[in-house]
Amino acid sequence: MDGAQTRKSFDEELQEMKQDILKMGSVVEEMLAGSVKALRDRDVALADEIIAKDDVVDEYNLTIEQHCLRLLALQQPMARDLRMIAAGLYIIKDVERMGDYALDIAKAAKKLAGMAPVKDLVKIPQMGRIVQRMLHDSLHAFVNHDVEAISEIAREDDEVDALYREVRDEMIALIEGDPKLALRAVELVLVARYLERIADHITNVGERIAYMETGQIRELH
Amino acid sequence: MVTGVPNSISVRDFNVWYGDLHALTNVSIEIPFRDITALIGPSGCGKSTFLRGINRMNDLIPSARSTGEIWIGDRNITAPGTDVVELRKDVGMVFQRPNPFPKSIFDNVAYGPRVHGTTDRSRLSAIVEGSLKRAAIWDEVKDVLHKSAFELSGGQQQRLCIARALAVEPQVMLMDEPASALDPISTLKIEELMHELKKDITIVIVTHNMQQAARVSSFTGFFLSGELIEFDESSVIFTRPHDKRTEDYVTGRFG
Repeated sequence: MDGAQTRKSFDEELQEMKQDILKMGSVVEEMLAGSVKALRDRDVALADEIIAKDDVVDEYNLTIEQHCLRLLALQQPMARDLRMIAAGLYIIKDVERMGDYALDIAKAAKKLAGMAPVKDLVKIPQMGRIVQRMLHDSLHAFVNHDVEAISEIAREDDEVDALYREVRDEMIALIEGDPKLALRAVELVLVARYLERIADHITNVGERIAYMETGQIRELH
Repeated sequence: MVTGVPNSISVRDFNVWYGDLHALTNVSIEIPFRDITALIGPSGCGKSTFLRGINRMNDLIPSARSTGEIWIGDRNITAPGTDVVELRKDVGMVFQRPNPFPKSIFDNVAYGPRVHGTTDRSRLSAIVEGSLKRAAIWDEVKDVLHKSAFELSGGQQQRLCIARALAVEPQVMLMDEPASALDPISTLKIEELMHELKKDITIVIVTHNMQQAARVSSFTGFFLSGELIEFDESSVIFTRPHDKRTEDYVTGRFG
């Protein structure tokens, strides 16, 4: 018997799990891009669309978790299979949290849409683009077993951290100049913080991919 | 390779041939003292041949010959002139199918001590009781010691065979698929018993059941085509083996 064929149905199930994680990640990617766009364009309707997508993410989270537990119980996976399923279980928790942060950004977008803008947003959309790319690359690295992609993710996380500090400092300066801007400025600092946290969760995904591929736990941040 | 663990069985460049068939090739391994080591691999990989080397059972096969050395503690058991009867007292063996003698439960366990010269009735009774207790079967048989061993269930017969091996106080216990003919509960009883026994005895188990190897052993060796491919802590072998052939085997992707 061909070695690759000895666990054909199990391999198909693992593929299905990976594809489901990719689909879940795609929804979060849309939420992330959409929430930052809604913030920048002051688009309440778009923000509402994003908020509605959170249920889809939660549903994927439950379905994939059940699938992973079923595979653990019924297939008794070992070695790389075990590592992949363990990685999958961790990754969906991180992706689910990213969805929650995107939801928070959409809520902030709705709140800020009703107030006068404090300034043109440049750095927050820039953070959003980087984080969206990181998420896309990390999930493809998971599906393609691409451990090389992880160092790029770690580098981009540093970039996001730096941008967060810049946004925070700008907002502090704004508040010091005009305390009446405080509510809006704090809201924007929170948005930047959510994006920074999403990037941290993406580096967690990177750590899980490294574990899945090498068996070694590696801290990326 | 595993380091920092006191070694009980030291195997150096061990080779076995059956006629022209080279069944084991240059196997070197340090099997840790008072712990459980599992040997896994596909049928015909040499793991049972290796196991039988440790108590010189291959000597019983006319076409078999071997080279290399196996040391148990400071004794070279492959040296010419080794007393194999004495060796098999120190190195007990349990087989796939329970093989009690056609005797009473008591006489099965008393057999080894009698062969080795114990005749005192109360001494024998103490050994039988102690061995049956260590094999976790005393409570089930204490009132029927003079019944035939064949009246016991398969799982009980296997624990009786373990008690019989324990009666001569071995240092090493070799187990060749000891639970593959047993139901799941009997299997778990044997595995639990192994955990108790390893406090005093070095156990080497051959098993086709990967989950069993993972559950019971601290160390695992993977054999393929007569070679020892990888030997490491079981947690490494079953979560992140180093050799791709080991990975393919433990994940069931083996052709």
